Amino acid sequence: MSVAIRRPLTIRFLAGSFLMLWLIMAGFPFLWTLWGSFKVEGDFFSKADWAYSIFGTLTQTETGSAFTGAGYFGAWIQEEFWRAALNTLIVCFCVVTISLTCGTLAAYALSRSPYRYAFWLLLFALIFRATPPIILVSGYLVPFFEWNLWGHLSTTIIVLVAINQPFTLWMLHSFFKNIPKDLDESAMVDGCTRFQAFRHVIIPVMWPGVITTGLFSFLLAYNDFAVTSMLLSAENQTMVPKLASFLGTTQTKGNVMFAVAAVVSITAPLFVMIMFFQRQIVSGLTAGAVKG
Amino acid sequence: MKHKSFFWFVLPSVVLMLLFIAFPIVSVVTQSIYTQHEQVIVTVENCGPFGCTEVQSVDQDATRALREAQPLGQFVGLDIYRDRNHLAVADVAEAWESSDSFRGFWNTLMNLPFYGAMAFTLTYTAIVTPMTIILGFAVAIAVNSVARSMRGPTIFLSLLPMIVTPLVGALILFWMVDARGILGAGLQWLANDPTLSVKASTPLMWIMLMVYGTWSSIPFAFIVYYAGLQTVNQDTLEAAMIDGANRWERIRYVVIPHLAPLTTFIALIQLMDNFRVFEPIISFQAQAHARSLSIAIFTDLGGETRLLSSAAATSVLTIIFVAILLSPVLIRTWREFGTKN
Repeated sequence: MSVAIRRPLTIRFLAGSFLMLWLIMAGFPFLWTLWGSFKVEGDFFSKADWAYSIFGTLTQTETGSAFTGAGYFGAWIQEEFWRAALNTLIVCFCVVTISLTCGTLAAYALSRSPYRYAFWLLLFALIFRATPPIILVSGYLVPFFEWNLWGHLSTTIIVLVAINQPFTLWMLHSFFKNIPKDLDESAMVDGCTRFQAFRHVIIPVMWPGVITTGLFSFLLAYNDFAVTSMLLSAENQTMVPKLASFLGTTQTKGNVMFAVAAVVSITAPLFVMIMFFQRQIVSGLTAGAVKG
Repeated sequence: MKHKSFFWFVLPSVVLMLLFIAFPIVSVVTQSIYTQHEQVIVTVENCGPFGCTEVQSVDQDATRALREAQPLGQFVGLDIYRDRNHLAVADVAEAWESSDSFRGFWNTLMNLPFYGAMAFTLTYTAIVTPMTIILGFAVAIAVNSVARSMRGPTIFLSLLPMIVTPLVGALILFWMVDARGILGAGLQWLANDPTLSVKASTPLMWIMLMVYGTWSSIPFAFIVYYAGLQTVNQDTLEAAMIDGANRWERIRYVVIPHLAPLTTFIALIQLMDNFRVFEPIISFQAQAHARSLSIAIFTDLGGETRLLSSAAATSVLTIIFVAILLSPVLIRTWREFGTKN
């Protein structure tokens, strides 16, 4: 680290202030929205004086205290956001488990097959990865209406799993490549079938890669808007399309605060997730790059 | 691995991808060359005591029979691609004939829905991708120079814009630049114009969308570059220093060449993701000012009448563009595989 010590003061100052600027840009909007979500609309959007939104002047006159949970009450209880949260929980859980199950099996086979068709499969997966989901949605609508599949949570789960597959395959494939072949091959020499070798030798050592991939599958299901907004009926909506529907209906009623509360509620679990899994997320983001 | 066990291992995943990715793409292509049958109209003459009137009505039975006979609809070939909402061949030709300057032609072209969406999507991709790479690199260099104990929290904050749901992240920024929000009010104060509103102005809306795009993808470029910086060869750096290379020269001739392959990777992922820009436009309620290809499909699909054929045609055109964007990478992957075996 001799290089770091010899850095002149001006450079360190420039780098430090640039970093501060970036950190403020990255973090401040979330802090601001969290703070504002406990105010009334007049304070969150304060035309009169920007200091109102910090001290909650109008919130104090309207509710008698500087903080109010009215936005949260309105969103969660009155507009039944809890239902959407429950749906999101179901969708995310199912998507992550199913796509990891299918993904590990296929990615393991792909990483162990020397034949050309394995490569073709990966190449097609890359093309599928680049296809915008909204295009696929326009292909789903007709058959789903025809066969009465539209609107159900289960349909959306399967669709999200499928859209997730190409990414899962690529990520797990590069991960399985790093597990030495000798490991499962020696098990097979000892008389295991291919599946037994996978079951008893590979599964115990694959968890770090699976957890990382699972995090990204979760993010895809949790953050999706294109699929969930087009394929779910109103009562089955997950959180993100529900938030979008708040924007359409409640802005006219003057209840933007419902949407603000929903935004904070959607962001909070992600915060917790980054806190616990920061290392895995970083390693997942770099896995493809550093090896490729 | 034997063919048979390979088959059983990949079966669930491949079936899913075939059913829900490959098949919909085929179905989209078919939809785009068929259009829904028009209703069969019959003219009935009603003769009463005060003379005869002709009444036109929909023949429900005939319509249903027609729809059942040809469930795909009426074959129209490439007509949907040529209509005003897509490639608008006739309009473009006419504009080319009638407008005297290139500028005039360009303006007419931008008013056609498909070309407008195309222009925004390409501008967005062309500006956001390099901005992300440059700023992400700068952040990585800066983080690399702070004390080690500070790096954890720094990375935590830096990850936020990317991990947070795009719709939500864009909404948060949108509320801040609202004329009554803190950034919007700040802009008004800076420009000394109390009527300034980002919502009302097309150029400002485009800029805001691109600022959001850059903001939300800097973390990705940053993380990848940061990981790359950890593996820079310290010996080479020191050797360069002994040879008298200054700080800039060391970055230019040692660090940047080391990170070049990462740049290709980031550029590829960013091109794919920026090309399908979608959620921020919904959040910013900017459909009037900026439409991307994804938004064009989304608006066709939503609403009272689902314009399936129109959406399908735009989808096919988008797929063609994605294929063009991806082709260099596909060719490279193909060649690499060829040399390996």
